[in-house]
Amino acid sequence: MSRPAIEIDHLAKRYRIGLAEELHDTFGGAVLSWLGSPLSNLRRLRRLSRFDPGDDADVIWALRDVTFAVAAGEVVGIIGANGAGKSTLLKILSGITEPTAGRAVIHGRVASLLEVGTGFHPDLTGRDNVYLNGTILGMSKGEIDRKFDEIVDFAEVGTFIDTPIKRYSSGMHVRLAFSVAAHLEPEILLIDEVLAVGDAAFRKRCLGKMGEVAASGRTVLFVSHNLSAVERLCERSVVLDHGRIVFAGPTAAAIDHYLRHTLDDGAALGDPQRRPGRGRVRFTRIWAESGGAETVHLTSGGEASICLAYRISGAQPIRKVRVRLGWTNLLGDPLLTCINDLSGFPIPQLPGPEGTIRIHLPRLPLNAGTYRLNAWLKSEREIEDLVAEAGELTVAGGDFYGTGMSIPADCGPLLADHSFEVLAPSTAAGPAGR
Amino acid sequence: MSQPRTIVIAPKRGFQLIDWRELWAYRDLIYFLVRRDVKVRYVQSVLGFLWAIIRPLSTMVVFTVVFGRLAEIPSDGIPYPIFSYAALVPWTYFSSSLTAATGSLVGNNLLSKVYFPRLIIPLNPVLSNLVDFAIALSMVGVIMAFYGIAPTAAIAFLPFLVLLMMLTASGLGMWLSAMAIQYRDVKFMLGFLSSILMYAAPVVWPASLIADKFPEHGATLRLLYGIYPMAGVIEGFRAALIGARPMPWDLIVPGAISALVIWLSGALYFRQRERFFADIF
Repeated sequence: MSRPAIEIDHLAKRYRIGLAEELHDTFGGAVLSWLGSPLSNLRRLRRLSRFDPGDDADVIWALRDVTFAVAAGEVVGIIGANGAGKSTLLKILSGITEPTAGRAVIHGRVASLLEVGTGFHPDLTGRDNVYLNGTILGMSKGEIDRKFDEIVDFAEVGTFIDTPIKRYSSGMHVRLAFSVAAHLEPEILLIDEVLAVGDAAFRKRCLGKMGEVAASGRTVLFVSHNLSAVERLCERSVVLDHGRIVFAGPTAAAIDHYLRHTLDDGAALGDPQRRPGRGRVRFTRIWAESGGAETVHLTSGGEASICLAYRISGAQPIRKVRVRLGWTNLLGDPLLTCINDLSGFPIPQLPGPEGTIRIHLPRLPLNAGTYRLNAWLKSEREIEDLVAEAGELTVAGGDFYGTGMSIPADCGPLLADHSFEVLAPSTAAGPAGR
Repeated sequence: MSQPRTIVIAPKRGFQLIDWRELWAYRDLIYFLVRRDVKVRYVQSVLGFLWAIIRPLSTMVVFTVVFGRLAEIPSDGIPYPIFSYAALVPWTYFSSSLTAATGSLVGNNLLSKVYFPRLIIPLNPVLSNLVDFAIALSMVGVIMAFYGIAPTAAIAFLPFLVLLMMLTASGLGMWLSAMAIQYRDVKFMLGFLSSILMYAAPVVWPASLIADKFPEHGATLRLLYGIYPMAGVIEGFRAALIGARPMPWDLIVPGAISALVIWLSGALYFRQRERFFADIF
């Protein structure tokens, strides 16, 4: 490896998440606690910036023991589920927030792009905003003077440059914002998800520009949910999971590891203590099965089962159970939801202390693609456990309709049994039309 | 921008002093942020920068009627309008800078998106309000001409008084902004704090009242009163602009010392707290 540009050494970051507010059963209790609230508020607010040993209940480690190095000129991707610590890592490297422990050494001029258009003011003209945003990102006035025409050209805002940007279309707004960012020329660039802006055509251009940046010998650390963008831009990637590095290596292997383990690994459900819900029942693992064997690759039209393993804590019986399994696309839009009592499978009581709920789909009605799962479990109308992101699942294209033809991806995610008929005019007038 | 070539990121411990080299490196950003503030302040208003004059002027009219005519508060033998306006110019600057600085960090999305010296944020209104201040100050000349008062040589002290006024506003601004980001109570407190501070300052009454009321301890009390920096600033403005009284050094000197103390402690407090800003804003 050549000269390192970024050396990260046992970096850790601790955050405090607020504990749930106490609830009061009686009016008197509520009044008493209200009277005492200034004191408890003060204690709570002070704790925002203080950590005492022993109060681990509402402390989470967003990053733990993160160690890796990036060589000069290397483009490295950082992937991981929401809350894995990706953004926290970039924020620490940008100097926005301080690490709790460990250190990082950066050799060279850094710029970080956690957002495009930071500091844009709607009442200022495009020109003023270019200068403001440029200096916020770390350019000098002279530097912006030199690149100004280029920035305006790339943004394609033309004569609107002296118009207040509140009169811009949202497309122009984004293009101008990205254009300023694209003309940064640091030696090291830290980027977070900024490509998720604008329309498809502009996103493509942004990716092109990013490719240029990557090819120009700059060191780039690139955080994204967009796995295909990471795959295209980064030769090497680091997978974060709950603040720790779980894999570091070639991007293709990293993505494979990430996809496999987010679903496969029970730990991907996250710390049960941090999940919402009453917690008398917690999911312990969620996985997919096909033909009785565990898998991460399902086939559209094929037989599929999703298994939710659970554990009951305490002796109380878990009655009137409602289980919900949701399938969403990668953007989080719900596509398909299975709820036991809606589809006629009531669960009066959950057997304990451990067990598995299996949701069986005889013919998976999803087209080829990547999907996300989420699940919750209620008993007696109260949420016991909620897993907002239970992992990703790839569905391979299969012969859903039994015609031997595959279904193009642009047909959308859903497949359903259906039939076609051609009705002659005389029969179409008939009442049933059969 | 000339950043150091190698940056070490590690938890900071103990007190941090102000990094002047870094602030200098970010001078272009300071310039554009101040410019944004100034440009945006009166955007889409009919009267625009006239508001910089109208606000102290209308307060002057109210004070002249209520305190000058009705309450007959003495004004050191100067016509009450010019007596109060000369005080309202620095006071308006001070209170609007302080209010803007205090609220500057709360909910500021720049904090979590990009790094730059955090000190720039509360210092920004202290600089940008100077524009309003200069406009309001120019009006003093008009009012003085109206009353036929000629400026004296004491006007040469004005730049020093402006500096003292900025030092006080930014010192308190650093304290209050760093507190407000963690304790939103500061925001609610600021409303009455600023009116308490105004009546504590010799805006509607002359500081000479102190010696008049307590003749035997007058000199000592004035020195003590001077600890409140705006007392020296405001009486100093009157002396520098109108020249009816000599420069009140017995107020200005203790004021300058305490302003320095407020500023240095404010900077230390701010630098000590800033590491949490992005996490709790």
